[in-house]
Amino acid sequence: MELIVNGVHHNVDADPNMPLLWAVRDLLGLHGTKFGCGVGACGACTVHLDGVAVRSCVTSLADVQGKPVTTIEGLGNGREHPVQLAWKAANVPQCGYCQPGQMMQAASLLKQTPKPSDEQIVEAMSGNVCRCGTYQRIKAAIKAAAEQA
Amino acid sequence: MSDIVNLSRRRVLKGTLAGGVVLGLHVGGMRAAFAASPLASANGVKTVFAPNVYVSVAPSGEIVLVVHRSEMGTGIRTSLAMILADELDADWNTVKVVQAQGDAKYGDQNTDGSRSIRQFFQPLREAGGSARQMLIAAAAAQWRVSPSSCRTELGHVVHAASGRRVSYGAVAEAAAHQPVPARDTLKLKNEETWRYIGKSLPIVDLDDIVHGRATYGIDIVLQGMTYASVERSPVYGATLKSVDSTEAMKVPGVLHVVRIPSVPLPSGFRPLGGVAVVATNTWAAQQGRQKLKLDWDLGPNGTYDSGAYRKALEDTARQPGKVVRNNGDTAGALKNAAQHVSADYYVPHMAHAAMEPLAASASFANGAVEVWTATQNPQQARTTVAQVLGLSEQAVTINVTLLGGGFGRKSKPDYVAEAAYLSREVGAPVKLTWTREDDIRNDYFHAVCAQHMEGALDAQGKTVGWLHRTVFPSITSTFTPNVTYGAAGELGQGVTDMPYEIANVRCENGAAQAHTRIGWYRSVYNIPHGFAQGSFVDELATAARQDPVKHLLALLGTPRHVDLHALGVDYPNYGASIDEYPIDTARFAAVVREVAARSNWSRALPARHGRGIAVHRSFLSYVAAVAQVQVADDGSVRVTRIDLAVDCGRIVNPDRVIAQFEGAVVMALGNALYSEVTFSHGATEQSNFTDYRVARIDSVPETHVYIVPSKAPPGGVGEPGVPPTMAAICNAIFHATGTRIRALPVDSALLKRA
Repeated sequence: MELIVNGVHHNVDADPNMPLLWAVRDLLGLHGTKFGCGVGACGACTVHLDGVAVRSCVTSLADVQGKPVTTIEGLGNGREHPVQLAWKAANVPQCGYCQPGQMMQAASLLKQTPKPSDEQIVEAMSGNVCRCGTYQRIKAAIKAAAEQA
Repeated sequence: MSDIVNLSRRRVLKGTLAGGVVLGLHVGGMRAAFAASPLASANGVKTVFAPNVYVSVAPSGEIVLVVHRSEMGTGIRTSLAMILADELDADWNTVKVVQAQGDAKYGDQNTDGSRSIRQFFQPLREAGGSARQMLIAAAAAQWRVSPSSCRTELGHVVHAASGRRVSYGAVAEAAAHQPVPARDTLKLKNEETWRYIGKSLPIVDLDDIVHGRATYGIDIVLQGMTYASVERSPVYGATLKSVDSTEAMKVPGVLHVVRIPSVPLPSGFRPLGGVAVVATNTWAAQQGRQKLKLDWDLGPNGTYDSGAYRKALEDTARQPGKVVRNNGDTAGALKNAAQHVSADYYVPHMAHAAMEPLAASASFANGAVEVWTATQNPQQARTTVAQVLGLSEQAVTINVTLLGGGFGRKSKPDYVAEAAYLSREVGAPVKLTWTREDDIRNDYFHAVCAQHMEGALDAQGKTVGWLHRTVFPSITSTFTPNVTYGAAGELGQGVTDMPYEIANVRCENGAAQAHTRIGWYRSVYNIPHGFAQGSFVDELATAARQDPVKHLLALLGTPRHVDLHALGVDYPNYGASIDEYPIDTARFAAVVREVAARSNWSRALPARHGRGIAVHRSFLSYVAAVAQVQVADDGSVRVTRIDLAVDCGRIVNPDRVIAQFEGAVVMALGNALYSEVTFSHGATEQSNFTDYRVARIDSVPETHVYIVPSKAPPGGVGEPGVPPTMAAICNAIFHATGTRIRALPVDSALLKRA
């Protein structure tokens, strides 16, 4: 299977039904994309496919053939993305485990909706679970990133 | 508290401390051995000066601070290092923070019970301060001046009179030959000169986290590693009758199928037993696992049913139980009351559901095993792995990664022992990753709890009688057979420690048999007890026709220390001295007043909106919560705002304290409105975030946290925010709708507009 992840082409020997999540983590060794539920219900595994947020745990390798995938390691394309800067400025993370998925989701939102309303933020982010409860700071960081952009 | 013992010059550790001094540090009554240096050297730092297990200074001046408690989101890796760096007077921007392995030499490493700062604030000040004093003494000796004429400044010793200045690195070797300051000669900083303690510093892992570089238990890679997934019975105590692995072995990538033996009940920290599929990647292991054909004997818990169990607990709660506090004549007070109030409360099982599923990587070779895992309790992990594999603890090494949440689940190392066992059985390194379904089905569940409460009011509306009866399966049942009553520490979480000034008080505990693994979950028994107590106090206020805030303050009564021992209560006070950490009703009242003032308590609200208040002391901290809710005509509840006033004693990193309370609000909201695990035929009916509901961003209120400044000894921070918030939300629902919520999670059908 041919994968294009963060601009790098990889040939992996894997079942086309394998979720992108496990290929990225176990075969490519990119561990910033997290396993949280395996059924697309928590958002920890969020990556960009063609620039749009998808849940990599329910996206098969067959679905991403020849399409560009971006993981947290490639967010910002070598520079810090505005959401990463905003996340740091607001001290969003507690345990930090869900935060790559949160930031990938937020970056996708801001790409499509550069100045989101509170309702648009809540709608876009409600698929991403944070058990530490950093939601209030996530909202604030997204607003701050939108203003910086 | 700590005693620093001079072991200097008698021993040099494995050559890494050429001419060095090592000190033993006794922390919290546990003998600590010495030397962080093997760890520091493993991280590429040549250590010359390692005066205790927490601090070392290299000739280059590089300072390594060892953090021995686990980072699961509280910011503890930062806060503990801040204490060391401050007393050492090190430059925060250049210190290196290293995570300790599991080893008794560090003292208590069980990151649980909101205890890290409480237990280690003073010992770590002394560890940093004694190192600083030795560095000063070494520089003073070289300069032939009095140490008292020298001071330190960010990693340097300075002699102001002569303008001389030397870096810590340059005197590290000489410092190693200095005598260790005796306890009574140890000069810690005045708090006015603290550089870091009390300041909001970003967490040390922040940059790694936002770039996806932070390493959690699930992220470990070992040379030649295989990947495992384990099928366990969802019924506690089920045993395997047969295994057919034929189809599983046909899945591409599957290497082995390994049976993990089950253990007699109660299983404690040991693995439940099951069948592992080991493969070349995680997904192949999970696919193979789905092809296993297993036949289980469900055993004694195969009929566990939450509906029937609730009824049994509630029946027990209506009968007299074992008396655990008895002051005055409660029966008489209830009988002669001008007004009698009664309510029954129910809180279900809940699951921890930390975002990082349980994971451990292990490599067994030559009779020893090394493990990398996200654990709250590396010493217990070491003990359990040694027990399960029949090894000495010296043959077990536990490396601690970051934890993607913990909430109490990751203090129980069953998963760590599974990984170690599998590595030995397959003869290769193994990474074990639990699925979310495993995590929820095989949790150590938060206990179900049924409570019955009665109150007696006199003609003036003053509460003169209080009966609190609680029935729940005890956590002790997970470790000891035939336990049916709660432990003193469990009953001291919101039952026997009731602080209100009431003449006649009776607390009772009814028996309950456990049918699953019961464990501690953030705030533990304060969850049901804080909910019931905080709700019932509001019910009393309503009966007395009093404003809830005024009623709370009146009920707290005279500012005083509640002397539970004098009242005949067996009360452990979270393991702390009751003299150092009394139950202080003035501190309760202060947080109540603060939150009332900050939350616009008296301001009128529209119809179907309401405010509720509750206050609770847990883990030695005092928290008052005001919740504001809006209840729609269809009964759905929206929590619009939460205000918390917190007195948790002295704090180290204010922003992280605020963050913990913000997070506690979210968890409390999930507990109150959404989260419930139910059992049918012995197994959970929930298994993932699709059916085990937790709070999401769409349900999160505007949250304000006010820290009441305090120089009291540090209390807990991680847990105390949850209990009063749950009660405040439910009280707010009552004030919005007139309907009392007495069972969780909130059933919105009860709140539909008539």
